[in-house]
Amino acid sequence: MGLLVAQLLAGLANAAALFLVASGLSLIFGVTRIVNFAHGSLYMLGAYCGYTALQYLTGPLGFWAAALAAAVAVGLFGLLVECLILRRLYKAPELFQLVATFGVVLVVQDLTLMLWGAEDLLGPRAPGLDRAVMLFGQPVPEYDLALIAVAPLVLLGLWLLMTKTRAGILIRAATQDREMVGALGINQSLLFSGVFFLGAALAGLGGALQLPKGGADLTLDLGILAPAFVVVVIGGMGSIGGAFVAAVLISVVNVFGVLYLPESTLVLMYVVMAVVLLVRPHGLFGRAELQAGPPAAGIPDRPLAPLGPRWRTAALALIGLLAVLPLIGSDFALVLATDIVVLALFAASLHFMLSLGGLISFGHAALFGGGAYAAALAVTYAETPMELALLLAPLAGGWLAFAIGWFCLRLTGVYFAMLTLAFAQLLWSLAFQWTEVTGGDDGLIGIWPAAWASDGTVYYYLTIVLGGGAILMLRHLAHSPFGYALRAARDSEKRARVSGIRVDRVRLAAMVVSGTMAGLAGGLFVFSKGSVFPSALEIARSFDALIMVFLGGVDALGGPLVGAAALTLLQDWLSRLESWRLLLGLAVIAIVLLAPTGIAGFAGRLLRRREAS
Amino acid sequence: MTIRTVFTGLALGAALLTAAATAPSHAAESVKIGDMNSYTRLPAFTVPYKMGLDLAVEHINARGGVLGGRMIEVVSRDDLGKPDEAVKIAEEMFSRDGVALVSGNLFSHVGLALASYAKQKKKLYLASEPLADALVWEKGNRYTFRLRPSTYMQAAMLAEEAAKTGAKRWATIAPNYAYGKEAVAAFKQVLTKLVPDVEFVAEQWPALFKIDAAAEAQALAAANPEAIYNVTFGSDLAKFAREGSLRNLFDGKTMLGLLGGEPEYLDPLKDEAPEGWIVTGYPWYAIETSEHTAFKEAYEKRYGDYPRNGSLVGYNTMLSIAAAIEKAGSTETEALVEAFKGLKLATPVGEITYRAIDHQSTMGAFVGKTAVKDGKGVMVDWSYRDGADYLPSDDEVRALRPAE
Repeated sequence: MGLLVAQLLAGLANAAALFLVASGLSLIFGVTRIVNFAHGSLYMLGAYCGYTALQYLTGPLGFWAAALAAAVAVGLFGLLVECLILRRLYKAPELFQLVATFGVVLVVQDLTLMLWGAEDLLGPRAPGLDRAVMLFGQPVPEYDLALIAVAPLVLLGLWLLMTKTRAGILIRAATQDREMVGALGINQSLLFSGVFFLGAALAGLGGALQLPKGGADLTLDLGILAPAFVVVVIGGMGSIGGAFVAAVLISVVNVFGVLYLPESTLVLMYVVMAVVLLVRPHGLFGRAELQAGPPAAGIPDRPLAPLGPRWRTAALALIGLLAVLPLIGSDFALVLATDIVVLALFAASLHFMLSLGGLISFGHAALFGGGAYAAALAVTYAETPMELALLLAPLAGGWLAFAIGWFCLRLTGVYFAMLTLAFAQLLWSLAFQWTEVTGGDDGLIGIWPAAWASDGTVYYYLTIVLGGGAILMLRHLAHSPFGYALRAARDSEKRARVSGIRVDRVRLAAMVVSGTMAGLAGGLFVFSKGSVFPSALEIARSFDALIMVFLGGVDALGGPLVGAAALTLLQDWLSRLESWRLLLGLAVIAIVLLAPTGIAGFAGRLLRRREAS
Repeated sequence: MTIRTVFTGLALGAALLTAAATAPSHAAESVKIGDMNSYTRLPAFTVPYKMGLDLAVEHINARGGVLGGRMIEVVSRDDLGKPDEAVKIAEEMFSRDGVALVSGNLFSHVGLALASYAKQKKKLYLASEPLADALVWEKGNRYTFRLRPSTYMQAAMLAEEAAKTGAKRWATIAPNYAYGKEAVAAFKQVLTKLVPDVEFVAEQWPALFKIDAAAEAQALAAANPEAIYNVTFGSDLAKFAREGSLRNLFDGKTMLGLLGGEPEYLDPLKDEAPEGWIVTGYPWYAIETSEHTAFKEAYEKRYGDYPRNGSLVGYNTMLSIAAAIEKAGSTETEALVEAFKGLKLATPVGEITYRAIDHQSTMGAFVGKTAVKDGKGVMVDWSYRDGADYLPSDDEVRALRPAE
C-alpha cells in the first residue's frame, strides 16, 4: 500500500514538468497551428537558464524567483524565434513550419553547447524543500509535493486566463477560427506573439522546475519531445485540460511500468497513445478540426507534365554518369553515391504520399526501418540469402504501411502526422527494448551482401538498378491514372468521391506503395552498411526524409533526388566542422525562408523564367 | 616522327609514371591515423579522450615520430554516437584519407559495428573505449583490438570486492541496453562463483538517459536488498544518487558502482557524490608513480585542466598505435595485426600487453571507495588492479571466441 502511494506520488510529481511543456505546446498549436518541434529545446534552455540564475539567487525565495526568471528568459527567446522565423510561415504548409522548427532545434543544441559547455550540470536541491517526509511509511521528498501542487496551480492560472480575461477569450476564439478573429479586426500577429511567449515560458518553467530532480544536459530537448507530443495528442491538440489529464496518465503509467515491467518502460507510453487514439481519434478532449485549411503540402501550380526533351537528355546524362562513376570516382565517391541513391528512394517514397497524396507522415522511418529490420532479422535468424532478404524488405515495408495506414488514415492533417509518429516510435521502442530479438541498442550486425555482390562496385550497381528502378516506377505511377486519382483526392476529396474515386482505398494503396519503396530502401541500406540499429527507426530518420523532400522541393517530382544528394553532401561536408549542427540548422532555416520551393523547385522556376523571356 | 618513336615515347612516359607512382615517397611522409569519437553526443566523456590523444601525438612527434622520422597525423571525426555514421566515416578514412588504421569510439554498439566492418573489409580497428565483452569474445575477429578494461574485467574487480562484504541479498540497477545487461550478467556470474549462496532480489532496467529515478529508487527499496550494484551513469546516475539519498535508499546498504569513481562520473555530482560506494575509477589526484606524475603534469601544463579517465585512455591509445607501428616496421594492415598480438608497452599506469589470444589489452583499473572531500567526490583506499588478473581462463576465452 505504502509503496503504491509512493509510486503514485512520484508519478504525479513527474507529471508537473511534462504538463508544463505539453500545455505550452498545445497552446501554441491551438492558436497558431504550428507543431513546434523546438519545444523540447525551449525546455532545455529553461533548465540551463534556471541553473545559471540559481548561481546568483539563493534561499527558498531565490529558487522560485530563478525559476520565474528562466521562464521569462525562455519566453523572450521564443518570442524572438516567432518574430524572426515563424511569423513568415503562418500561411505556409505545415511541412515548412516543421522543418523550420527543426532547424531551430539544431541551432539551439549548438548554442547551448557553446554557452554552457558539454558537461552535465546537476541541478541544486530546492532550498527549504530538500528533505523527505514520511507518508504511509514511505519517504516522499518535499519537493515532489511542491511539484504536485504546482501543476494544478498553473492549470488554474491558465484556466482563469482563458475564461476571465479578454486575451484568453481571444486565444480561445483564435483556436476555434483564427480567420474569423482576424476578420473582426484583432491584431493577429500580436496575439500569436503573445501565445508563443506564453507557451515558451511554460516550457522554460518546466525545465527550471525539474532541476532539483535532475539537472541540465544536452539530451533534454529530444528526450522530452516525444513524451510531450504523446501527451498533447492524447489530451487533444489545443486542449490544456486534456494536456493535464494526459500528463498525469502517462506519468503514472510510467512509474508503475518501472515497478511491474522494468524492461519495457518506453513502449508503454506509445501503446497508451495508440489505444486512446483508436477509441477517440482526436484525443480525450480534442475536437475535429473545424476549418479544412489549405491542402497540407501546398498545391502544385501546374499539372504534372512528362519531361521535356532537354530534361530527358539531362536525366540520361545523369544515368550515364552514375554508370561510369566506378571508373572515374574514388571508392568513397561510390560509398557516397550508394548512400544518395538509397536515401533518394527513401525520400521519393515519402514524396509520393506527401506531395501527390497530401499525406504528411512524421513517422516514415517506421517503413524504412521496418524493411531494414525485416531483412536483417531474416538474415540473422534464418540465414536468408541476400537476394531473398532484399525481396522481403519491401514486402515488410508494404505490410507495415498497410497496417499503419489502416489505423491512421481515419485521421487527417496534423492528427494523421502525429499518429504515424506514434507508430514509428512504437516500432522504435520495440527495436530498442526487445533486446533478445533485435539486439536493442547494439543492433544486428554482420549483415553483409552475398559473395558475388560484396565488392563495393558490384553493390553500387545493384543499388543503382534496384533503387533507380524503384524511383522510375514511382515516377511512372505518378503519371498513371492511379497517380491522378491520388492527386484528385488530395485537392478535392468531395469531387473525387463524386467522380467515383474510392478515396480511402486510393490513399491506402498509396501508403502501401510508399511503404514498399521505403522498405526496399531500408533493405538496400542494411546490406550497404552491414548492420541495422534502432536509429533506422528514430524520429531523426523521419526528419531526414522530410528535410530531403523539403530541400528538393515538395512540388518537384525530381525533388527527392536533389534533396537526397543535397542532404548527404551537406552533412558530409558540414560534419567536418566544429559547429555543424548550428550551420545545418541555419541553412535549413534560410532555405525555408528564402527558397521555399526547394532546390529543384527553385531551379525549375529559374529555367522556366528564362524560357519564357 | 615515326610510329616507333611515338611508341617509345609513350612507353618511356608510362614507365616514368609507374615509377613515380610506386616509388616510396620521401621519408618525411606522415603516418595517418583515423580517430573518431562521440564528440557531440557525449562530450563530457569524449573531449578529454581527444585531449589525451592529441597530447600523445605531440609527445611522439616531438621524439621524432615513428618509423625513423615519419610524423603521426590524426584525422579526427565525430561519429555522432551512431554506428552507421561510424562505419561510413571509417570507409571514408580508409578510401579517401588513406589512414593506416582507425581507433577510438565510446559506445559499445558503435564499436561492434566497426569491428564487423573491420572483419569484412580486412582493416585494422583499435577500439579505445567501447566496453562490450563481445568485441573481443563472441564477435571478436582478427582485425579488432581493444584497449580499455572490458565490462567483464571491471565487473569482476567489483564482484571480488562484493564477495568480501558478506552481503547476500543483492539488487541491481543498470541501463537497459547491451552495456548494462552485460555488466549485470558478468557481475552475477563472477559473484555467484565466489559466493554460491547469493540471492538477486531485484533487477531494475531504466532506459538509457531516460531514468525515472524516483520510481526506480522506490522499486529497489521495496525489494529490501542488503546491497545494490549500480551501472547507471551520466545524468541517470546523478538523478539516481539524488532520489536515492532523499529516500534513504543507501542507508545501511553496501553500494557498488561500476566506473563510478571515474572523474567523468563523479565530478558532475559535486558535494552530492555518494559516499562509501565501492567503485572502479581513476583517482588521478592521488596516483604518485613517476610515470603517472609525468603524464599528469604534462597534461595539466598543456591544457590547464586535470586529466579524466578518457584522457588516459586517449593517451594510451596513441602510445599503443605508435608502439605497434614501430614493432611492425610498416603501416600495412596485416603487419600491424601481427604486431598488435602480444604487443607490450609502457603507459602512465604501468606496462600493458595486448593478449594474442583475444586481442584484449591488460590495462587495468583502480578500485576504491568514494568519499566527499572539499565539496567534491573522490576515491579513497584505492588500489590498481592489473587487468590480466581479471580475465577468464584461456580455455574459457577460446570457447567464447570464434576461430579465425
